[in-house]
Amino acid sequence: MKKSLIILSMVAASSNLMAAGRDTINVVGSSTVYPFSTVVAERFGKNTDFKTPKIESTGTGGGMKLFCAGTGVDTPDMSNASRRMKKSELEMCQKNGVKSITEVLVGYDGIVISNSKASKQFSISRKELFLALAKEIPAKDGSETLIANPYKKWNEINPDLPATKIEVLGPPPTSGTRDAFAELVLEGGCKKFPWIKAMKKKNKKKYKTICHAVREDHVYIEAGENDNLIVQKLTNNPDALGIFGFSFLDQNSDKLQGSMVDGKEPSFEAIADGSYPVSRPLYFYVKNAHVGKVPGIKEFLKEYTSEASMGDEGYLTDKGLIPLGEEKLNSIRKDVLSLKSLKL
Amino acid sequence: MTDKNPADSNLAEQLSTTEKVALSLRKRHRKEKRFQWAGLMAVGLGFLLVVILISDIVLKARPAFHQHWVKLEVEFRQDWLGVTSSDLAELKKANYRSVLRRSLYGMFPDVKGRRDKRSLFKMISTNAEFTIKQYLLDTPTKLGKTAEVWVRFDDDIDSYLKDDYTPGEAGPRVSKQQAQWLQQFLNKEIVDKRWNSEFFTSGDSREPELAGVRGALTGTLLTMLVTLLLSFPLGVAAAIYLEEFAPKNRWTDIIEVNINNLAAVPSIIFGLLGLAVIINIFGLPRSAPLVGGIVLTLMTLPTIIIASRASIKAVPPSIREAALGLGASKMQTAFGHVLPMAMPGILTGTIIGMAQALGETAPLLMIGMVAFIVDVPAGVTDAATVLPVQIYLWADSPERAFLAKTSAAILVLLSFLLIMNSVAAILRKKFEKN
Repeated sequence: MKKSLIILSMVAASSNLMAAGRDTINVVGSSTVYPFSTVVAERFGKNTDFKTPKIESTGTGGGMKLFCAGTGVDTPDMSNASRRMKKSELEMCQKNGVKSITEVLVGYDGIVISNSKASKQFSISRKELFLALAKEIPAKDGSETLIANPYKKWNEINPDLPATKIEVLGPPPTSGTRDAFAELVLEGGCKKFPWIKAMKKKNKKKYKTICHAVREDHVYIEAGENDNLIVQKLTNNPDALGIFGFSFLDQNSDKLQGSMVDGKEPSFEAIADGSYPVSRPLYFYVKNAHVGKVPGIKEFLKEYTSEASMGDEGYLTDKGLIPLGEEKLNSIRKDVLSLKSLKL
Repeated sequence: MTDKNPADSNLAEQLSTTEKVALSLRKRHRKEKRFQWAGLMAVGLGFLLVVILISDIVLKARPAFHQHWVKLEVEFRQDWLGVTSSDLAELKKANYRSVLRRSLYGMFPDVKGRRDKRSLFKMISTNAEFTIKQYLLDTPTKLGKTAEVWVRFDDDIDSYLKDDYTPGEAGPRVSKQQAQWLQQFLNKEIVDKRWNSEFFTSGDSREPELAGVRGALTGTLLTMLVTLLLSFPLGVAAAIYLEEFAPKNRWTDIIEVNINNLAAVPSIIFGLLGLAVIINIFGLPRSAPLVGGIVLTLMTLPTIIIASRASIKAVPPSIREAALGLGASKMQTAFGHVLPMAMPGILTGTIIGMAQALGETAPLLMIGMVAFIVDVPAGVTDAATVLPVQIYLWADSPERAFLAKTSAAILVLLSFLLIMNSVAAILRKKFEKN
């Protein structure tokens, strides 16, 4: 009986393959965009007669690989990304026959540096954050040499900062949040040293190593991909700072406070108008060849870019997405619905 | 028993054997006592840790099993709905959000201003519009009339009522204004705390008040079924062949070493294999329990083969000789006499392997089972996820109410494991009696 069951399941599997089409939209990609795409997918499934799209959380890079593997029902229709598609990825896509891709800018995600409400709110500049967290920093005497990061307490960097141990919980190198943090905060602070900035043109590789390397002497503590874990640890340790996405601060605003970065508070409005310096765009990419082949893609795009979801008061903002603003949304909606092909 | 050690002291030499035994007896008894105590402490400590773990999970999971509902007076006005007749196709596309909004505002006529209205509307679950939609579709006669419909509160209000309720005072993620509106609901006695049976009957959702484990549970069941159906017969057959039939030569040695090595391979490697071979070459669908089951079979097989071989080896040779001596064939001996006696051990090995497979997430990541899937899978080729993956995804969600859901899902996973183990234990008992 067992054997007949196995054979039965095999037959079921192969018959499924014979049927050429697929009736569920498949989405892969970034875990940062995942919470937003899933909300749209769920509403789309409830509001229409199409099946609820399947959203995988594979990470941006992993998603791109699957997305660019080719066209055909066994490859995903869309890929979420917490950064823009790289030129190399677009080339890989085109080499594999994925010729036409539509890019959709979803909105922005702020990265916050926050601590427990039990202690004072931090006000810190990106330069100070670079000095606190970089692996090597410029020597204090002003000469153009690098020394291993000597700082142990915040007030050693700036006497206005508290006299507590530097202790920062943040995402590991595999995370997109970490990439964005390195690029926006560390590099942003590192550029404030003119001689390092000048290096960007001469020796880009070295410039990147200096600006993106995070210290490894247990001052920066990698807390895994789970932002909830960082939130928990921060409430237990009032001296520590944590780095995570804005939506987690939004959900825990009774326990945690966001630090001011370059004098700007990480509020919904400040991230939306771009005055808060640490925010990044979120995207997803659509394989145009699949539109019309897999049912519902066009309708899904329409729902995603609708006022009710991506708009200033859409349901995605309830989940912590920072909206694009009306003008930008309108122009993006036009491009998306006409399936404008991406060029980099 | 006599002590012949010349190094013993004079005193010991003068004593008779019985006296010496009596002397050492106390020492030996003390040693035994100490060992017993140490053993008891180890068991006690282990038990204590389990109790702490389970009670922590149960405590955290408790809020997930109840949900607060509120009774709204919903006016199904045609102009609000934007429909002209009670035609079902038209009712399906009607604007229920607007009906819900206006009905709610109608209950609080003194709430003015966009901002206030928005925060009032936020108190109700985003799913409420689908609840009233379903209500009208079930009873189309209510079109144009007012009906009392129970809808869910939003997860923030729900958590507030469960954990931080202080009349009229703000709580985490609940403003003072919202708390006062909530008080009005409570005063009217239209709030009800209900057993959250949806947790067991619905699939995943991004709204904590709606999310259920049925999808993941079904996915786990299907995946485990595929794993069991593939790994048990294959594993036992391989073990019987290697123990009873295979010649002992270099080839079987190599096979044996490789099976032992396979048992120690990290599980993610099997996931990569599944992606490369089962999905890319054989073209089976991504995210399907069938593929998940095959990958987990690869992981479980070595465990089953090793345990089965050990228990087949433990069957006394006299059994085989007796059977062969009475004229049974080698196959009859193996299946009629050796296998039934080895069965309890084989089942133990199987259950260890299955329990391991039950908790895996790493290999499933590669084959697309770490995904948001709302629909409950109906077969082994439908997209599905499994319980440990569901736990991981919920634990990673920003909404706070998912904390309770996570713990509740852990309880479901533990219960599943318990049931699986109990079935195996009952079967083992049966085989042992025979």
